[in-house]
Amino acid sequence: MGNRTVIPFGPQHPVLPEPIHLDLVLEDETVLEAVPRIGYIHRGLEKLVEKKDFQQYTYVAERICGICSFMHGMGYCMAIESIMDVKVPERAEFLRTIWAELSRMHSHLLWLGLLADAFGFESLFMHSWRLREQVLDIFEETTGGRIIFSVCEIGGVRKDVSPETLNKISGILLSMEKELKELAKVFLNDSSVKYRTRGIGVLSKQAAFDLGAVGPMAKASGINMDLRTQGYAAYSKLQFEPIVETDGDSYARTSVRLREIFQSIDLIKQAVSIIPEGEIRVKVTGNPNGEYFTRVEQPRGEVIYYVKANGSKFLDRFRVRTPTFANVPALLETLKGCALADIPILILTIDPCISCTER
Amino acid sequence: MEQQIIKMILPNELLAETLHLRNDGYRLAAISCTNKDGMELSYSFDKDYDFLNLRFVIDTDIEIESISCIYFYAFLYENEIKELFGVKIKDILMDFKDNLYKISVKTPFNMKKEE
Repeated sequence: MGNRTVIPFGPQHPVLPEPIHLDLVLEDETVLEAVPRIGYIHRGLEKLVEKKDFQQYTYVAERICGICSFMHGMGYCMAIESIMDVKVPERAEFLRTIWAELSRMHSHLLWLGLLADAFGFESLFMHSWRLREQVLDIFEETTGGRIIFSVCEIGGVRKDVSPETLNKISGILLSMEKELKELAKVFLNDSSVKYRTRGIGVLSKQAAFDLGAVGPMAKASGINMDLRTQGYAAYSKLQFEPIVETDGDSYARTSVRLREIFQSIDLIKQAVSIIPEGEIRVKVTGNPNGEYFTRVEQPRGEVIYYVKANGSKFLDRFRVRTPTFANVPALLETLKGCALADIPILILTIDPCISCTER
Repeated sequence: MEQQIIKMILPNELLAETLHLRNDGYRLAAISCTNKDGMELSYSFDKDYDFLNLRFVIDTDIEIESISCIYFYAFLYENEIKELFGVKIKDILMDFKDNLYKISVKTPFNMKKEE
């Protein structure tokens, strides 16, 4: 039996953009167990429903996280709209879908850059983030904001996008697609990248299910689960199949996210080609009374919003279960038996969003 | 709109109902707590997009069983509810003893609301 040591990992670490702590129990350089600690930046945003009315809270929901900002706002609005039986105009549903898929692209490109940075492939990191900038430019042109753009509201969206701009977006995505193919070749074929990801942190399909994994973490282990197939927003009018891999390792998780970027491009192109003319919002009067669970497929997986309203303008409860929170037990499982040197890559492959988790 | 079933149960039925769902292939999707006329606990499950909730309401002086013996990963939800709401949950497989979150206020979701 080798030497046993406990190494504290985080909350501050070069590979972590946000704070999380793990106590790593090691035998020589192999991890036997990992015990997590979170809560370093817990903000209590859920409690703010006591002080912000249900309309104002849209802005709070968008600020749960900078990367998933739009989808947090959209999920919250969908929950309120379901309670109030608000029929959102079809054009608004399509615009929401387009912004949601652009958000997925921006999130996955950000993640790819961070992964490349973690294994020291700086040029790959820069190319990933250069492409991400183009997505942020589209946000800026269509909404006025690059990260948090407050374009979703209860009853629809605040801004319309002209047909010319939509066609321009399709053109930008077409040229991005060519560059992304080059990027994907490196991530999936380069021997040094494969060396750091192939067979590392394997999560079996059964383990992924037993540990409640969601999103690319689950899809990379063979679980075919994607809430977009349930047809919220405009997804029921678009053709797509969830991206699923079966190897369950870091390579498979990378592959799922890369393929999802191409899928997002395809979904946006489909949406642009059939988006109907019409209103982008309906007037919402009164206050919500009732409760609803909304589920949305974020870049990191299933997110659940629970809203309970009492007929006044202040909600009784807003609860959000983020995908990173659901993926922490699966992360702990993948760490078992891995080498100390692989830990930064493994932590990154769940694409942790601590900001979401510390809502 | 997604069909959402909420099944009211008694606290002492929780383990049996959860085990039944587990054997039926359901995934634990979330555990939520609402502080309104007592602590309302909702256990959300999913199977092939079928969304089902088990629910009961308790006072904070009532201790309930952990379901982490059935769904191990429930430990995170249960530690959170224990710390933020002050709900007493026993036999959590990975119990952080109120140290999961670094918060300065004890049970912040179980304080008297400001007037």
